Amino acid sequence: MFKKFQPSTDIAGHTPVKSSIQRSIRASVLSQWKIEPETLEAIWPKKEGLVHVKCREHISIYTVHGEPLIFQHFDGPFYPTLKLLHKYPYILPKVQVDRGAIRFLLAGAHMMCPGLTSAGGYLPPDNAALPAGSPVAIHAEGKEHAVGVGITKLGTEEMRKVNKGVGVETATYLGDDLWALQTL
Amino acid sequence: MGKKGQAPPPATIPAQAADPDAPPPPEPVPPVSVLYCAVCTYPPEYCEFGASLTKCKDWLKEEHPTLFDKYYSEEALQTKLGTLSLEAQQKLEKDVAKKEVKAEAKADAALKKKMASQITIKRIERNKRKHITSVFGLEAFGIDLKKAAKQFASKFATGASVTKNAQGLEEIVVSGDVSDEILEMIEGEVGVLKGIPTDNVELVEEKKKKGGD
Repeated sequence: MFKKFQPSTDIAGHTPVKSSIQRSIRASVLSQWKIEPETLEAIWPKKEGLVHVKCREHISIYTVHGEPLIFQHFDGPFYPTLKLLHKYPYILPKVQVDRGAIRFLLAGAHMMCPGLTSAGGYLPPDNAALPAGSPVAIHAEGKEHAVGVGITKLGTEEMRKVNKGVGVETATYLGDDLWALQTL
Repeated sequence: MGKKGQAPPPATIPAQAADPDAPPPPEPVPPVSVLYCAVCTYPPEYCEFGASLTKCKDWLKEEHPTLFDKYYSEEALQTKLGTLSLEAQQKLEKDVAKKEVKAEAKADAALKKKMASQITIKRIERNKRKHITSVFGLEAFGIDLKKAAKQFASKFATGASVTKNAQGLEEIVVSGDVSDEILEMIEGEVGVLKGIPTDNVELVEEKKKKGGD
């Protein structure tokens, strides 16, 4: 999503978000992420207005004080930016890819099922299975911090069964242009 | 919510979520402070996949020796080797070395280009006695054109704006003949005008009639 992203050409405009919309964003973030209202309040205080940065291809980035915190594609789920995820690693469910997949992930590739199901990978167990279309934190084998944020294309059970093709679509990853963007 | 609450709530968190000690609800959870490499901006554990591993290593060794030991000690390297076949490891190393060389060459080229790029201060005749000054090429030195324009405007108490010229490139247009003053400002590195070698600045005069350049 952010592999080639140039702030100068790809951003259409900044607009402060209406407080009613902010409320609805806050509610959906609270329901979509595993985050306590207090923590969300700490990273995004109610008093601080959210700024909506509209970008090409229906990407919206929401910033507080110019720092990107949340982004969204079209009206899909909200994703935290990778920096936010590093600070609060528990807000998204975790999947893990094996070591061999890291360099492809860092080049922006989507994550294929075998990398997630192999010995170095990790998928939530069946009793906590994720459906398709849920945002996940992509971790890597032997690493402490998340390396990307993505969305599941298949349910986790299905990934194990099919074990082929794209399992998690990468939304943002370490070193892409959203990562390079400190402030907006 | 309503229209945006499309994705299912992540009630299904894996048993060993990233943070094992679940925080008590009323207090906001303090963020995990993450160290980022000053060279490649990645967390240091990912430096090995970056384009400047050698530099990152040096930086980490100097700033955070304990972490350096953790990531690059013999044992750490051994365990890494254990998970990969020897060939794959060699290939990876080769790739990294190649990438590094490439990145360096790229940085070099960028620097050269920067040093070679010219700044043109052009005095354009509006009437017989009235001029405007256009400054072109500042952005090559990483200067924010809008800020520079603002600075010119407040310094000279005239209008100054960022406009697109005939080639579709951005330049700063200041009303009034201030070419010498701008040159002085660039030499004196006033405000945002920093890091411009004076040799790269040229003054040009443009008359109303053609060929007066």
